Amino acid sequence: MAQQPQHTKTKRYGMVIDLDKCTGCGACMVACYAENNVPFRQDDSDKMRSLNWIRVMKVDNGKAFPDTEVCYIPMPCMQCDGQHMQGHSPCVSVCPAVATDYDYPTGIVSQIYTRCFGCRYCMAACPYHARKFNWWDPKWPADMEKYLNPDVSARMRGVVEKCSFCYHRYQKARDKAYVEGRDELHEDEYQTACTQACPTNAITFGDLYNPEHAVHSLSRSKNAFRLLERLNTNPKVYYLSSKSWVRRVADNYLEGENPEQVAKARKAAATH
Amino acid sequence: MTTPAIPEGVKRCSTRQFTLWLAVVGAVLLWGVYAMFLIWYKGLNQTGMNDAYGFALWIWADLAVIALGGGAFFSGFLTYIIGKKELKSIINYAVIIGFICYSSALLILALDIGQPLRGWFIFWHANVHSMLTEVAFCLSCYFAVLTIEFIPLVLENPKLDRIPFLHHLSHNMHEVMAVFAATGVFLSFFHQGSLGGVAGVLYGRPFAFREGLLIWPWTFFLFTWSAAAVGPCFTMLVTWLTEKITQKKLVRPEAFELLAKISGWMLLTYMIAKIADTWYWAAVTAPARGFSLMEFYSNNPIYGIWILIAELVICGIVPALILITPKWRENKNLLVTAAILAVLGVCINRWVMVLQVMAAPLLPFQDWYMYMPTWQEVATTILPVAYGAILISLAYRYLPVFPHEKELNPGQ
Repeated sequence: MAQQPQHTKTKRYGMVIDLDKCTGCGACMVACYAENNVPFRQDDSDKMRSLNWIRVMKVDNGKAFPDTEVCYIPMPCMQCDGQHMQGHSPCVSVCPAVATDYDYPTGIVSQIYTRCFGCRYCMAACPYHARKFNWWDPKWPADMEKYLNPDVSARMRGVVEKCSFCYHRYQKARDKAYVEGRDELHEDEYQTACTQACPTNAITFGDLYNPEHAVHSLSRSKNAFRLLERLNTNPKVYYLSSKSWVRRVADNYLEGENPEQVAKARKAAATH
Repeated sequence: MTTPAIPEGVKRCSTRQFTLWLAVVGAVLLWGVYAMFLIWYKGLNQTGMNDAYGFALWIWADLAVIALGGGAFFSGFLTYIIGKKELKSIINYAVIIGFICYSSALLILALDIGQPLRGWFIFWHANVHSMLTEVAFCLSCYFAVLTIEFIPLVLENPKLDRIPFLHHLSHNMHEVMAVFAATGVFLSFFHQGSLGGVAGVLYGRPFAFREGLLIWPWTFFLFTWSAAAVGPCFTMLVTWLTEKITQKKLVRPEAFELLAKISGWMLLTYMIAKIADTWYWAAVTAPARGFSLMEFYSNNPIYGIWILIAELVICGIVPALILITPKWRENKNLLVTAAILAVLGVCINRWVMVLQVMAAPLLPFQDWYMYMPTWQEVATTILPVAYGAILISLAYRYLPVFPHEKELNPGQ
């Protein structure tokens, strides 16, 4: 029998998305739909009510042809650490029924569908619009039900759902490691579906605390930034871009403010 | 025409006229009930809400009726705790209006959840960090208090009053009413406040977010304060409307005078605090997050700076000045105008703290989100108005709501 694992170190699973590599193909979205049993409707043209756990936003630099530049920003749930990095994510602290929770061992924000009663306060709290409401009961074409992922529960009408960083994959990997008597997961043992589906390797996933994981160094690169950092939500999804205009549309700045200076001041304040 | 069920010495309309009135309002009520059925049966896809507008018309209606129903707790506080005897003339009516407002709020909340059968989870799996949890607990408890405050009045119906047990029960409940009034004030402070906190704690929404004291954002205190200021204005307004419809004097002028004066000073002090809060938010809180004031009031078809001016000046400072000036508030037309403006002001405040919060874009590449309610949402929001009109009509007809009615209408 394998030896009982000792205390497991805290992880901080996160994602780094290289926007210079993203082509906006949407493979991440498709993979997510299939992996997480995300339902769709026959007419899903109302994008304000369609379900998706990751969506790709298209932004441009606002300049006319031939100076136009386009960037695609894939947006999953940002799995925010919250103010002061204490797990008080904007959504977690407001949910009146603890239907969404911050998992301290992994830093992943969970959603308990059978606990949620659909008040949508978490949706109001999330600045990234990462949370989606089930406006209808899910319906799949008859044969498609056979292709549903048995590891992910389907959701019912009237509850909120969101990206879980494919938490069921983490559970499987952890179970395997436990049986093998290991404390630690290898980097490739737990990867999200969108990461694996990305044809340009724009998405990298791993433990932001672990120096052996690629996300550790990527998230610290000079081109790394997060969306709406000034709101102090502390997301665990980082973006990379070599273009300054992309960085500028990732947050709000007053007239005359320089994103780099603001970021430096933030870092200095955090260190202090 | 009088029947034994109608309080002695007062005149009421004929049964036929009363039935006709109930039929008209009842039709509106049934329209709302039909919409309510559709929403519970088919789900929230019957509304105009979407993933950007998780909170919309209903939450606004909730916040607004609770603020307007604040007249019950504040009048109760003034009557039973501070000992303002003049308000005995209006306190019963304030309780009824409060009862209607709070029962309506609970009904709307029951509609506004995706899984209505799980509504009890908010109590069972309570998250003590959530402002909504505090709202649910205090709201339910205070509704129970309002029911207790309403019961003695119901028991004073001439037919019920004839039963000795009920007569004594009513009398004894009156005796201990100060205890319930105090409980009501305590609970109201927290649920009015936590309703303000619902928006104020949203640190991911710079339009709503406010700093504050310990765990409470400034909106917590502002909501309580504004409800205490404007709730009595709504009570006065409904009373004035009832007087116009019934063509009778129902409340002593000194009750109006006192309530208007207190309301005016509460409103003025609230406005000073609100303006200070707005200034700090516009100058410090929002800019620290990269937003300038005008970003929240431009580039969209509805929310211009006019809404801020309407809330703070036209429906804030102006009614406050009218109400604190003895000469102006003695003029009934001015008094009513001030009450209407104050009520509008608090409704605008609740609107922006719900709808504009949802509408304002957060990322620079996003547009403003606009929303249009469906007829089902409108019908269910009008439903409480019809329900309130029916309850007020029944109470006015069968209960001694206004203790000085006989004395004020000697000819009748």
